[in-house]
Amino acid sequence: MKILKNKNLKYLLLLGVVFTLSCERNFSDNIEFAKYPATGEIFVDGFVGGLDYFPFGDSFAEAFSVDENEAYLGTASMRFDIPAFGVGYGGATFPSTAPRDLSSFDALTFWAKASQGADINEIGFGINGDNNNKFRVTRRNLPLSTVWTKYVIPIPDPSKLSQEKGMFWYAEGAESADDEGGYTFWIDELKFEKLGTVAQPQPAIVNGVDQISQIIVNGTFLIPGLTQTFNLSTGKNVTVSAAPSYFEFSSTDIEVARVSELGVISVVDDGTAKITAILGGVKAKGSVEVTASRVSPAPTPTRDASNVISLFSNAYTNIAGVLIDANYGGQTTKSSELNIAGDHMISYTALNYVGFEFQNPTVDASDYNFLHVDVLTNSSTSANFNIEIRDRGTNGMLNTNTNTGAPSEDDKRLVFSVASNSITQGEWMSFDIPLTGDLASQKGNLAALIFSGDIDFLLDNVYFYK
Amino acid sequence: MNRYIKIDKNSMFKTFVLMSMVFILGSCSEDETQQVTNFTELVMADEFDVNGAPNPLIWDYNIGTGDNGWGNNELQYYTNRSENVTVQNGILIITAKEEQFNGASYTSARLLTKGKLEQTYGRFEARIRLPYGKGLWPAFWLLGDDSKGTEVWPQIGEIDIMEYVGDKPTSVFGTVHGPGYSGGESIGKSYELVNDRFDTGFHVFGIEWGPNYINYYVDDVLYNQITPEDVPGEWVFNRGPFYIILNLAVGGALPGEPNEETKFPQTMLVDYVRVYKNSNN
Repeated sequence: MKILKNKNLKYLLLLGVVFTLSCERNFSDNIEFAKYPATGEIFVDGFVGGLDYFPFGDSFAEAFSVDENEAYLGTASMRFDIPAFGVGYGGATFPSTAPRDLSSFDALTFWAKASQGADINEIGFGINGDNNNKFRVTRRNLPLSTVWTKYVIPIPDPSKLSQEKGMFWYAEGAESADDEGGYTFWIDELKFEKLGTVAQPQPAIVNGVDQISQIIVNGTFLIPGLTQTFNLSTGKNVTVSAAPSYFEFSSTDIEVARVSELGVISVVDDGTAKITAILGGVKAKGSVEVTASRVSPAPTPTRDASNVISLFSNAYTNIAGVLIDANYGGQTTKSSELNIAGDHMISYTALNYVGFEFQNPTVDASDYNFLHVDVLTNSSTSANFNIEIRDRGTNGMLNTNTNTGAPSEDDKRLVFSVASNSITQGEWMSFDIPLTGDLASQKGNLAALIFSGDIDFLLDNVYFYK
Repeated sequence: MNRYIKIDKNSMFKTFVLMSMVFILGSCSEDETQQVTNFTELVMADEFDVNGAPNPLIWDYNIGTGDNGWGNNELQYYTNRSENVTVQNGILIITAKEEQFNGASYTSARLLTKGKLEQTYGRFEARIRLPYGKGLWPAFWLLGDDSKGTEVWPQIGEIDIMEYVGDKPTSVFGTVHGPGYSGGESIGKSYELVNDRFDTGFHVFGIEWGPNYINYYVDDVLYNQITPEDVPGEWVFNRGPFYIILNLAVGGALPGEPNEETKFPQTMLVDYVRVYKNSNN
């Protein structure tokens, strides 16, 4: 801790000098205002320079301790006891009590080992309550072994971190019974460093893909897949997720679409605009081409609420527990919920299939006769658009033959097909689907709708009625 | 899994040893037992000041894939097209591209001074910024003249002033090949930068070569001396002359193949090549 004391003394001296000068003359154009301390060390044999420890709300609070029996260097290390599957997870942030100037460093580094081979789900820095985690960085699935090894988490753009409190955070838990849990890992010599070998930046948005998105005027869209990649002295690349504020976004037409520093595209008028980004002076790979169009609201339902079980509509009170995207394996479909001047609707793009589930609770439609949905698409297609209604039976789960997609065990379904040549572009299509076929005798545990086809579409007013 | 980051614990120690070496060699330059010479008389300097193709009075090209990928299973087809070799703004740019070309998957360039500038002994140096990525293999080296084909490698001798593989961006190596010490048995040493790398800025790579010694340096650090005592075969460097080669290979036994992280195109940038001789010669 001697080092630290000396450093603090230095800052005091520096501050003293600035103060003295300022007494004698006015600020010149070249004046450098007092900076925050450029202390890189976080944990050496104890915390350096005033640190807090905040376990995440629902985490295992006793996960962290200081271990004086294990150390890579010196006398102590940070110890993390990760609970077994089902018991919870370890997760915490370690903010500095006062901002630090990290702009002269290029990476967060540490030595780590674990009691067994393990991957830390998320680890990084930049969780900072003062600025809403504006400069959060996450390295995912960091592999640990039982041997002390040095790890590097590069700073996407150090110049952004002139007053940062978020020194370090992590979240690790067993994600399944097969995932590792009930083990310990240790971290030592945790510090920001200037390695000088963090090079060849390759920033990306949308994970480096050029994406085309149809967005409704007044709709918003969060740009996904923001990363920064550096080549390290090992010759290998390391990619971290970087918060939107590391990037400078631009739009080719701000009369159509604008991007906030939080990476949210707001569509203000119809037309097209291309969104690109720069990080630290380097153009990011990937883009979003926004095709914006105005949309009229879906027809307002007129059926009496007493005859309706509503899943998604502004006209009725919806049941709880609706999942607009069950995120099935192999799906290409992207989903988002839109709020257009108070009218909610669901956008599905790049459809192959997508599950709209309501299993908590299921719907007992024994006394109901129809499903109503409103669908709007601008896509031309040669494929049918299918709406499958699924009853999960009494065994409490959806059962699907993963080869055919057909129901198995005690599940039943009805598939309603809209022929491609019956799909009208640019106007709302209303479908009233009778609960007949296999559902005629089994509709007490309706649990999902599965949409399939190859269109982009909007969905609204999803309800059963009699 | 734990090989993600390797830190060379010895790097500080190495630096210390290197610095000691410099000190010893430098301070002993007047000692008659040391074979250190200062080569100060400029014989040739290509500063690459004229845009376009490199100066044809100095540089020639190897074209194609040679025998068996230039003897190393290299993957590139060498051309003299401006896409692969050009001078722009004071810099010689050798570019390795990923493209289908005459049966090869990559193109690049290899320049040589054979028959144009050949010399025995001297100081040969170049200031270069290297590419990066697995599978890239740039080199600045000398090859002995083959006396019109009457002699073959390794008897003709090879002095690799600088070699580097793109997945070790902090390290270069200097090597000699001769009879009994060629290929995998060659004699040399690597030099590692601390807190810096070779693909982010220019560095000077050179040798001072005289009778019975070759001194290797990077920037202002002399990091190795090779003498006849160091090689397990005939010292073939007291005869000459040798010519210069600058090339950027892709793939081959030494660097391995490019992988999914390797970005193309990659460039080897050469600020200058200078050749000196001993003013007393």
